Amino acid sequence: MHFDAFDRYHAQESFVHRLDPRVKTALTIAFILSNALLPDGAWLAYGLAWLSLLTANYASRLGLGYTFKRSLIALPFALIAVTILFSMPGRPIFSFHLFFWPLTITDAGLLRFVSILIRSWLSVQAAILLVATTRFPDLVHALEHLKVPAILTTIIAFLYRYLFVLMDEVFRLLRARESRSAAGAGRRSGGGVFWRAKVAGNLAGQLFLRSYERSDRIYNAMVARGYAGRLCTLNPHELKSSDYFVAAFALLLIGILQAIGRF
Amino acid sequence: MPVSHARSEIKLEMNGEEVLKVNELRFAYPDGHAALHGVSFNLRRGEKAALVGPNGAGKSTLMLHLNGILQGGGEVEVGGQRLTRQNLPAIRALVGLVFQNPDDQLFSPTVFEDVAFGPLHMGLPEADVRARVEAALEAVQMSAYRERLSHHLSVGEKKRIAIATTLSMNPSLLVLDEPSAGLDPRARRTLINLLRELPITMLVSTHDMALVQELFPRTIVMDEGQIVADGTTAEILNDEALLTAHGLEKP
Repeated sequence: MHFDAFDRYHAQESFVHRLDPRVKTALTIAFILSNALLPDGAWLAYGLAWLSLLTANYASRLGLGYTFKRSLIALPFALIAVTILFSMPGRPIFSFHLFFWPLTITDAGLLRFVSILIRSWLSVQAAILLVATTRFPDLVHALEHLKVPAILTTIIAFLYRYLFVLMDEVFRLLRARESRSAAGAGRRSGGGVFWRAKVAGNLAGQLFLRSYERSDRIYNAMVARGYAGRLCTLNPHELKSSDYFVAAFALLLIGILQAIGRF
Repeated sequence: MPVSHARSEIKLEMNGEEVLKVNELRFAYPDGHAALHGVSFNLRRGEKAALVGPNGAGKSTLMLHLNGILQGGGEVEVGGQRLTRQNLPAIRALVGLVFQNPDDQLFSPTVFEDVAFGPLHMGLPEADVRARVEAALEAVQMSAYRERLSHHLSVGEKKRIAIATTLSMNPSLLVLDEPSAGLDPRARRTLINLLRELPITMLVSTHDMALVQELFPRTIVMDEGQIVADGTTAEILNDEALLTAHGLEKP
């Protein structure tokens, strides 16, 4: 298991990859905001938003269905909104009993639930596309230039680095446990539930200590090479005319989406 | 609209023959454990010295002081300049520290980015950064590895890249912590040849006494936070009593 196993960046030569990370980040945030602001049941606007996502997918050369496939993993989180189905007052369309609990789905509830589902799904896809087409250091850099406080961007950058280090460590610990989890002849392997829980707890504690000490060493290595609180990258950040053009076009599109959704 | 970053203005020139002066260095860790009890020594320009001693002698702690990662009592002078908070960034460019575990040192996704990290954070312009990365990778004979992922390299390769990450900062003093630990014989041989050919002042902590004998004219012996011997390697390796007293072996 290695560093790049979780890296969502997909190297590709494309127009979207070459866009300035600041433009991409700002537009993604604008797109997500716009989705959140669209009213319920604005189907045409949803459709158009999805179309623009598809266009961006296409332009990024990652394949039309790229963000769609990857967004499914985030979908279960939208289920938090499931209570809306039953709690919105409206015309009942379907009733059933969950154990002793009478539940009724209303039309207004269904409308809102589906709308939330679609909007969150669109937003997740935009974020996936951003991460897939922008190298992580560039993304952090873009956030810095967009005036996100340095403490936040630094935390994000470190979280990203240590995530992989942490995973490596977890697998090493698990491997060490596996290799000593033997079973005697004719006996079941492992002790009681409490004993196992204790072992798992020790593993977690070990993991914390090791990560903590490693983070110290990594930080030392960074400081030794001149790190002073902000990450630099070699990629040029100069807004080209194409960046301005894309930004203007996308903002116009978002404006149109809002207009269509509202009127 | 090009974005410019604040650049470090402090420049340090190397003055005099003494690249490094350490005077009465003392340090205790926050848990109260005293690691250094007054350490003093000098390094002349071009000198290559080995730092030996048992585990826990304070070698690594001493090394972390040389570019101000740890700051204890006493004085550290690099290139005739006393290390202070103000000139810390400049000192860090002069002292290249190579850590024992290359996995701690190689934290960027690709080899190129890792080697570029130092020069980038020194605020050099892009062309200079690229030139320095090329030169550093050339020096450790790893030019072909530019776009590789650091995590996919062998330990020997990682070690050499780790050295390149500090060479790219054009240091005046290279400080290595146990460079030959965990290397197979071939990787160790490559490393020894590399260290021999690098024309830089060097302080190398190691348990590899064969390496000491082969590479370093001078040896500093540390034990329990103090320097217990400092002289020519031949002298020290012939002093059986000294070696035994501090848990060392003649190669």
